[in-house]
Amino acid sequence: MSARVGIVLFPGTNCELDVEWAVEQLGGETTMLWHGDATIRGVDAVVVPGGFAHGDYLRTGAIARFSPVMDAVTEFARAGGPVVGICNGFQVLTEAGLLPGALQKNVGLSFLCETVELRVETSASVLTALATAGEILRIPINHFEGNYVCDEATLRVLRERDRIVLRYVHNPNGSLDDIAGIANEAGNVVGLMPHPERASDTLLGSADGIVLLRSLLAAAETTRGRAELSA
Amino acid sequence: MSRYEARIDVAHLPGVLDPQGATVERALPALGYHNVSDVSIAKTIRLVVDAASADAARAQVDEMCRRLLANPVIERYEISLEELSPT
Repeated sequence: MSARVGIVLFPGTNCELDVEWAVEQLGGETTMLWHGDATIRGVDAVVVPGGFAHGDYLRTGAIARFSPVMDAVTEFARAGGPVVGICNGFQVLTEAGLLPGALQKNVGLSFLCETVELRVETSASVLTALATAGEILRIPINHFEGNYVCDEATLRVLRERDRIVLRYVHNPNGSLDDIAGIANEAGNVVGLMPHPERASDTLLGSADGIVLLRSLLAAAETTRGRAELSA
Repeated sequence: MSRYEARIDVAHLPGVLDPQGATVERALPALGYHNVSDVSIAKTIRLVVDAASADAARAQVDEMCRRLLANPVIERYEISLEELSPT
């Protein structure tokens, strides 16, 4: 049996099948996790995929974080389980308090849909463990609200604790300190605006997302068998 | 029990970039308005709450703002409260 990745589904999520396809291409198993169920069904890792959860009403991610499934995701994350939020999923994780800061509208108010260059800043996270710091990855972004902000004290902590996981080589959206992705203190929760699942085959224009997804699968393998997480 | 209407204005915290305000500010000169600055775009939420007193209503609305209606990382909010006359 291979590692099982849970993919959270909110009303308005639209990247779940891309994540499913990419994970399964790499040999992982997947389970869809409905937002209304207060369980993550014993999966070994959780992905909160992109889309427009609850229509992005009020603020992106604001309503989604009160879904019953998010309590289970939060508990899993606090116990050390690997959790990755992609795009709208990143926004959900910040609203849920699993990651600091917030994402607001892009500078210039453009919806951005393009492949960008990212620099891996650390391999100390579940999403970058198999990548090398300094490595450049070409991965698509697809967002209106990807402009990361946080206060100065938070930024200082992110820098000092090596929690800025990915930076844009050419900042597309005004994001603070060129931040494209961050991790929590333990490195087991990561949020990023780019979509690694859309860079998972050369046919898609880039396969650079594979190293990130493989890292997540490797972390999921480690999770498997940890009784306190699979309860 | 009284009925109160609350108006909540949710705006960017000072110092947090307001991309919508900045874009509108750049658009106005194109219409000939060259004397406009400090444009900011906020949102207004109206709701009615039944509570024992104005203080209780305000405290509840404040709590709702902190928990859901505003994101304290990037937003500030102001609450104005008005008692509705019984019909």
